Amino acid sequence: MNYRNLLKGGLAAAMAFTMAACSSNSGSASGSTDSQPSSDGSEKAAFKLGGSGPLTGGAAVYGTAVYNALKIAVDEVNAAGDIQFDLNFQDDAHDPEKAVTAYGVLKDGGMQMSVLTVTSSPGAAVAPLYDEDNIFAITPSGSSLAVIYADAANKAGSYGNCFQMCFTDPNQGSASAVYLKDHADLGTKIAVIFKSDDNYSSGINDTFQAEAKDIGLDVVYTGSFTEDSATDFSVQLTQAKDAGADLIFLPIYYDPASLILTQANGMGYAPTFFGCDGLDGLLTLEGFDTALAEGVYMLTPFSADATDDRTKNFVKKYQDLYGETPNQFAADAYDCVFAIAQALKNGNATPDMSTDELTDILVKQFTSMTYDGVTGESMTWSETGEVTKAPMAVVIKDGVYVGAE
Amino acid sequence: MMKNFFSKLFDQKLRSRTISYLLVIIAFIILQLMSSTGSLSSLLKSLLVPVCCYTVAAIGLNLNVGFSGELNLGQAGFMSVGAFTGICVSGMLASMITNPVLRLIIAIIAGALIAALMGYIIGIPVLKLQGDYLAIVTLAFGQIIKSIITNMYLGFDENGLHVSFVENKVTLASGGKMLLQGPMGATGTQRIASFAIGIILILCALTIVYNLIYSKSGRAIMGCRDNRIAAESIGINVANTKMLAFIISASLAGAAGALYGLNYSTLVPNKFDFNTSILILVFVVLGGLGNMTGTIISTTVLMLLPELLRSLQDYRMLIYAIVLIVIMLVTNNAFLQAKAAKLRESLIKGKKGAKLS
Repeated sequence: MNYRNLLKGGLAAAMAFTMAACSSNSGSASGSTDSQPSSDGSEKAAFKLGGSGPLTGGAAVYGTAVYNALKIAVDEVNAAGDIQFDLNFQDDAHDPEKAVTAYGVLKDGGMQMSVLTVTSSPGAAVAPLYDEDNIFAITPSGSSLAVIYADAANKAGSYGNCFQMCFTDPNQGSASAVYLKDHADLGTKIAVIFKSDDNYSSGINDTFQAEAKDIGLDVVYTGSFTEDSATDFSVQLTQAKDAGADLIFLPIYYDPASLILTQANGMGYAPTFFGCDGLDGLLTLEGFDTALAEGVYMLTPFSADATDDRTKNFVKKYQDLYGETPNQFAADAYDCVFAIAQALKNGNATPDMSTDELTDILVKQFTSMTYDGVTGESMTWSETGEVTKAPMAVVIKDGVYVGAE
Repeated sequence: MMKNFFSKLFDQKLRSRTISYLLVIIAFIILQLMSSTGSLSSLLKSLLVPVCCYTVAAIGLNLNVGFSGELNLGQAGFMSVGAFTGICVSGMLASMITNPVLRLIIAIIAGALIAALMGYIIGIPVLKLQGDYLAIVTLAFGQIIKSIITNMYLGFDENGLHVSFVENKVTLASGGKMLLQGPMGATGTQRIASFAIGIILILCALTIVYNLIYSKSGRAIMGCRDNRIAAESIGINVANTKMLAFIISASLAGAAGALYGLNYSTLVPNKFDFNTSILILVFVVLGGLGNMTGTIISTTVLMLLPELLRSLQDYRMLIYAIVLIVIMLVTNNAFLQAKAAKLRESLIKGKKGAKLS
């Protein structure tokens, strides 16, 4: 009897939830999901800014960081008063299929411009949809070429309305190689450990190897691993050590990198570790002894210890609200909002314009303006949507990122 | 004559079949009407084709799990084979066949055939064994397919196909196109999948499955499931019979995969992992083993639910899980099952009573 009542209760609760969901869903279609109150309280018309990223699942760290930073940036822009944004950010769980449905939700919500997606493969799946509907989009961290080119392998068929705030994967690989050539003091015999079934990692590795050959870097060992073998790196580390490597290049995400650091430490092997933006997040990883990350270099356009006012203000706000230091994903997202705001302001855009007009204005502005943000000074964008900004290396010292010379 | 035909459609034997067809056709008509009047939201539009794909894969899996009684944990692997075959075929034929519908149909058939071939190769040793070996082997198959496609580079130009493994050594003549790029999977695919073809695919899948299970072979399949020894004793070749169900199941997954792959401009091999296989199995189990109508409904509901719950933000997946558990409890509750049976009985009695009077 009790069991039956419990069941009925559960069923009723579930139905109530579903109905509530349906009704509030229809509400958000006409209005906003995460609207930020404008500072002066007046009912100013707002630009509808959309976007999606992984708020659940394995890549949730990135999506959450971007979402948090977007909220801060939108708040600040709205408070400044010139431009009003109405943010609608959806979960795509780092899955192209879900990103496409999230795009449907955003479009139903009347999105006028977007921060595209946080991660690359969902970005590649929705970019053609943005192209078809001619909605302007700039991704904070979708670094794959497929996000801005229809034919990424030949770098052809640029969408024209999809832009990137981060470096593309190939650029990171060649920039790393050039940096290591210029800084021979870090190490001259280089080993590479990359993840072969990950498009970010193998993309960087490809261009790194090509550039290394061109400029004459001494790559003594290249090892790879896959998702299924990302738990034990003793083989790769031993081989790198036997090959005499004094620097290990890690174009991978921070999760496997933390294991590599731990295992290298366990076998008493202490080369210099050098990674790309994927290593960002190493210090906030739960259960990882951050002392092991001391002296790790990474190529990233953002360091949270920079002393300019813009970075200091952003880092402080982020720490106050979310209790952790923002990573480079968050910084890129923060810049996306301000870059769009700047372009809208310079182009004299108003929220009642059609998306075609807005896209025209934004594309024209983005390809002609220079933007100063937390991830770099005087950034410019090419017509294909790639960003040009100075790469910068940071090193972890005493548990914080410090700019390397 | 006409009346006779209709009453026959709702006969005990054919009722479930008719209901399945009607459900699909009515859903199609309603959605088409909504779409033509512009009242269909972009969200629902983006879900139409994937729901069709998962439904077809789930119908196939239900044939294998529900009727043949063999657990298959690699349905996503067959979808993957079908999807990447379909994408490659479509990519290669792009310049020759400009009609997207024709190209889509050829791609779907190719996907189904290659998946069926894979199923046949796996089935030869495994289906001769008794026990859960098919589950183990299909589980491994899914992983192997994922690994192979992740490491495969496939390009196409006027000289034909170029393949390389692990490292991208493919160099193409100008005008050539990379079809598969290792971990990046397929990018820049022409999106030629359509909802109408999806519905036709579901109807084809239903026709194939219903015609099979109401045939002599179908009774043999169920016989092997219920009592292998008894089936063998009356001269049924158990391995071959189970093989028939398994191959059809695999080919339906392949066809579904081809449609799925051609619905997105990007497809990564990691999409079809173990979780996707389990997801399809969940659709089948919640819909009811051997119940095709239930499979269609459960697939649709479980695909729509997380999207409709979007406004709940952080609680979305939590509630999705709760709903799953509630459905499982309710459908397996003896009390409710008895009630439902009674209701059905009284409906049939009412109909018969009306007929008599």
